[in-house]
Amino acid sequence: MEKIEARDVNFYYGNFHALKGISMDIPRNNVVAFIGPSGCGKSTFLRLFNRMNDLIPEARLEGSIMIDGQDIYGPDVQVDELRKNVGMVFQRPNPFPKSIFDNIAYGLRVNGIKDREYIRHRVEESLRGAALWDEVKDKLNASAYALSGGQQQRLCIARAMAVSPSVLLMDEPASALDPISTAKVEELICELRKEVTIVIVTHNMQQASRVSDKTAFFYMGEMVEYDDTKVIFTNPRKEATQNYITGRFG
Amino acid sequence: MDRNSTGVKAGSPSYPSGYSRRKRRSQNAAFAVFRILSIFIAAVLFAILGFIIWKGAGVISWDFLTQAPSDGMTSGGIFPAIAGTLLLMLGSAIVAFPIGIMSGVYMNEYASKGWVVSFIRLMTNNLSGVPSIVFGLFGMALFVKYLGFGDSIIAGSFTLGLLSLPLVIRTTEEALKDIPAGIREGSLALGATKLQTIWKVVLPMGMPRIITGLILSLGRVSGETAPILFTCAAYFFPQLPSSVFDQCMALPYHLYVISTSGTDLEAQQPIAYGTALVLIVIVLAINLLAGFFRSLFEKRLKMK
Amino acid sequence: MKRVLEHAVRWLLTASGFVTSAVILLIIGFLFTEGAGLFREHVIEEGYVLALNRDNPVKEMSAAEIKAVFDEDIVSWKDLGWKDIPVETFRLEDIGRYFTEAELGPQYEHAGSAIAGLVSSHPGMIAFVPESMIPQEAGLNFIEDSTISFSEVIAGPEWFPTATPAPLFGMWPLLAGTLWVSLFAILIALPFGISIAVYMAEVASEKVRNFLKPVIELLNGIPSVVYGFFGLIVIVPMLQRVFGLPVGESGLAGSLVLAIMALPTIVTVAEDAMRNCPRSLREASLALGATKWQTISKVVIPSSMSGIASGVVLGIGRAVGETMAVLMVTGNAAVVPTTILEPLRTIPATIAAELGEAPAGGAHYQSLFLLGVILFFITFFINLCVEFISSRGKVRNS
Repeated sequence: MEKIEARDVNFYYGNFHALKGISMDIPRNNVVAFIGPSGCGKSTFLRLFNRMNDLIPEARLEGSIMIDGQDIYGPDVQVDELRKNVGMVFQRPNPFPKSIFDNIAYGLRVNGIKDREYIRHRVEESLRGAALWDEVKDKLNASAYALSGGQQQRLCIARAMAVSPSVLLMDEPASALDPISTAKVEELICELRKEVTIVIVTHNMQQASRVSDKTAFFYMGEMVEYDDTKVIFTNPRKEATQNYITGRFG
Repeated sequence: MDRNSTGVKAGSPSYPSGYSRRKRRSQNAAFAVFRILSIFIAAVLFAILGFIIWKGAGVISWDFLTQAPSDGMTSGGIFPAIAGTLLLMLGSAIVAFPIGIMSGVYMNEYASKGWVVSFIRLMTNNLSGVPSIVFGLFGMALFVKYLGFGDSIIAGSFTLGLLSLPLVIRTTEEALKDIPAGIREGSLALGATKLQTIWKVVLPMGMPRIITGLILSLGRVSGETAPILFTCAAYFFPQLPSSVFDQCMALPYHLYVISTSGTDLEAQQPIAYGTALVLIVIVLAINLLAGFFRSLFEKRLKMK
Repeated sequence: MKRVLEHAVRWLLTASGFVTSAVILLIIGFLFTEGAGLFREHVIEEGYVLALNRDNPVKEMSAAEIKAVFDEDIVSWKDLGWKDIPVETFRLEDIGRYFTEAELGPQYEHAGSAIAGLVSSHPGMIAFVPESMIPQEAGLNFIEDSTISFSEVIAGPEWFPTATPAPLFGMWPLLAGTLWVSLFAILIALPFGISIAVYMAEVASEKVRNFLKPVIELLNGIPSVVYGFFGLIVIVPMLQRVFGLPVGESGLAGSLVLAIMALPTIVTVAEDAMRNCPRSLREASLALGATKWQTISKVVIPSSMSGIASGVVLGIGRAVGETMAVLMVTGNAAVVPTTILEPLRTIPATIAAELGEAPAGGAHYQSLFLLGVILFFITFFINLCVEFISSRGKVRNS
């Protein structure tokens, strides 16, 4: 049993057929990158894994997505329980207008943890895990907005990791960051893979090749090719993939 | 000393079981409360409307709408009050609309963005917060006494016009703000002057929303009592005014008078219900009209 | 030609841009000139004096003391700093009790000296008489007349502008009544307002929202006299029955009506603020396993706090300035309120009720303008608060 198994996934926004018959297995503790031009459906697919698309009215899903062998769209699945297990980091850093500490503690608190001592430990642990601890340990009560963009994004990663998910979804997590911050986030991804299975959407092919074990190429709502990253970038089987990674369109 | 107790390794959280159900239950409870309170307020509105319609509908007749009050206002109609209110709406529109629209145009098209606009906006917001009774005092001091208009339609119109000015300015400004800059630039690039651009392109595009705002400001004017208490409203003036320097009756003031004072409160009550109903119908009609213009505007947007 | 027109229009538009500022200045100017005149008025009615026996050393009396004396609430001169002799009051209309018409003369030409004699022979007497009547050489003492003092007006506990010989302009009961009734109105409106705003912005389906929105707008559009009328006919008798009150016209009736009237303001502004809360924050919260309600209460509401606060403050402003509805249902007793179930009187209601009867230019008339000034500044201050709160919110959200 793989960590995530998607079978014949079709997704519609109203009449628009956004995802066409996608099946994919994602192994445990792997980093899988989704690449493809804008509007190809990669972000939409990613957001199915934590049911973020539930918020969109008039959206419809066919097929099934299993995490740890359980259909996450099944009738007895509670979406908040699912999201506790499947964390997400967004395109732009989106810390809450609260203190650094409260940002990290938020996920624990909304899931019923009240033990202050434990929360304090977990905040420290998560910030260390995100390589942010040394930079913020003296100003945990400062507003998260006082941090730089790159620090905010690492804060968001720490916030997602604090609730101990087993899957982490990252939707172009470095697209709004400068190169140095990007490098730090990529480093972090390589660290985190020890603990979680990571699915990352990216526009940046170097990034995909640097951080991921497997890569999927999406085009016009279809998954064109899915293989080991090395294969995709050195010896793709499909011409469309070849064209995209060599920059002939995109 | 146990090193582990101070260590940072806290490990994966062990979440309290059943918390998920508990927080969903509290969500359901909270949402139920919101729903009930919202329904309650909607019910209050319909109770008020229903009560006045139910009590007032029997009073309304052709005679009621076209006759003057008689027998010390215990019988007869409310025609002079209806006419007075319409006159005041017209008068205040003449005062407020041109100045208000020009002011809105100035703020959006001419004034340099910066302290001038913030200052004017601050003053406009402040003016819109000034209580209507203060407008009444001011109108009395300036128009009735200082300018010597006396208690008159013109004094009342000016007072109500100033009162509705902020609303007119704000809707004009907001209507123009949403027009994309590219449209102005396109016109200017064709050699049109700024004034031509505003007159031929900007204003016509903003018109539906401006008109919506104007209609709503008329609605506000039609129901105001405090500003005309000392500037215009007549307790009893059963004929139509012959000039703008005459006093006139007005629906809201008439309702106030016959429900709180007069020769025979009991006998006046049906007239009060009828007057309230006429006022409400005016307000409803104005809201519907504004809604109609708004939907017209939205349809136009969708077509683009 | 075209250029001239452009210029002319430009000037015209600029001028109309500053109209609201000009109106504010005019309001301040006119209200102030009329209102400030009150402090040049004398405590004792113009043209009159309060004459005392020559042995009476009392020189000064406040307006409240004068009223108490003539209402026979003060009966001994001991209370005014002299010895224990009973106070006897004399007004012009009492003259028949002491003198026959023959003694006064056919043209009342002896009235002055008669009164002077009367006061001279009664050590405890205080006479309220026209200044011109009393002969110069009568040898009486007079209460020194002073102008109305600022502190007596602002903090004075009694509003009795038609009292003679000395009207009382204590505005404290009116100010307290206004704040009291507005406070309760907001306390009632707040839970409803916030709930409806949350419901409309976050919970309700598009369909329900499209129904509630016009309901709220309509609530805002109904004229205040109609609310007042409804309050008078329905709410006032209901309160009388429910609480067993002697009269149903009460602060609570005013607060209930005001709560309904302030509601649309609170709902509209608060709902706008919540809808403006960025989607990215909601998603961040939901993605951590928070429920919708946790997201609303822990993220959306805190981050729209400045907008919600603006709505509430605007609602207070609306309640403070509301005139007709309050005038019709609060019973208008000018006393400092102790409970919300008794009649009280607000500043706007006072102006509306009394301006028609106050002779133009007199102290009463001026005092009403002064009330207008106070009301203007309360709402001006409230508006500045709103500007301040919402500008702070903007800084934080950017």
